[in-house]
Amino acid sequence: MQQHMAADPKKSRVTEQIDENLKRVYEDLLKEEVPDRFKELLARLKDKEQGK
Amino acid sequence: MTVAQLGNNPGAGDVVAEKADVSHPRDEIVNHLSSLRAFAISLTGSPSAADDLVQDTIVKAWSNIDKFQAGTNMQAWMFTILRNTFYSDRRKHRREVPDPDGLHAASLFELPEHDGKLAFRDFHRAFLHLSAEHREVLILVGASGFSTEQTAEMIGIAVGTVKSRTSRARKRLAELMGLDAGDDSKSHSGRTTDTSNSATSRSAA
Repeated sequence: MQQHMAADPKKSRVTEQIDENLKRVYEDLLKEEVPDRFKELLARLKDKEQGK
Repeated sequence: MTVAQLGNNPGAGDVVAEKADVSHPRDEIVNHLSSLRAFAISLTGSPSAADDLVQDTIVKAWSNIDKFQAGTNMQAWMFTILRNTFYSDRRKHRREVPDPDGLHAASLFELPEHDGKLAFRDFHRAFLHLSAEHREVLILVGASGFSTEQTAEMIGIAVGTVKSRTSRARKRLAELMGLDAGDDSKSHSGRTTDTSNSATSRSAA
């Protein structure tokens, strides 16, 4: 009854495509530019820490 | 000579060691911003909600850095903070998942390509229709390369639960696209209505 998808040598073609597409979704997101506000936030946190 | 050797290790034994250039785990936070944001967008489905979530995560990671165990995976640690923040915010605000049609992709359904490849925009749309729990497990295990064990630890559930949740999430995703994840040969029968359902759900919104 238990399914071991990863261990299945001929994992269904649909599953394969789903995984490919998932990677693409994630990689596309990774490529997006990180907004400046995060680095600014880190700089502010650091200043605050050193200012004390 | 011994002086020269000591010189290789600036800051050793002196008070300056606390300063930034002797790498402090806090200085590593910046290396994970793009993956944090990618994970946040996957969870929230919305870049602006994701950015708020990343911001909260950065502040929490910064102020709880003493809880980070040196030598362990910082990305996993920050992902855990991010998802915990996401779910506790969601419980607090009780704001239900926003209409995915208005989100990120805002794409139209495409006709299936002749070679049977899933059209990426359809896929993305279907992905945004999944529950956050399903998106989470698919991104962690299927896309960002965490092991089932790491994922289990991050979510705080058993390994077996990660596996069954992942397989249910894949199935649901296939269903949303009118495919059958378990058996390719059946993909043409019985499921054809899904596409039109999804198309009409737009006007219902």
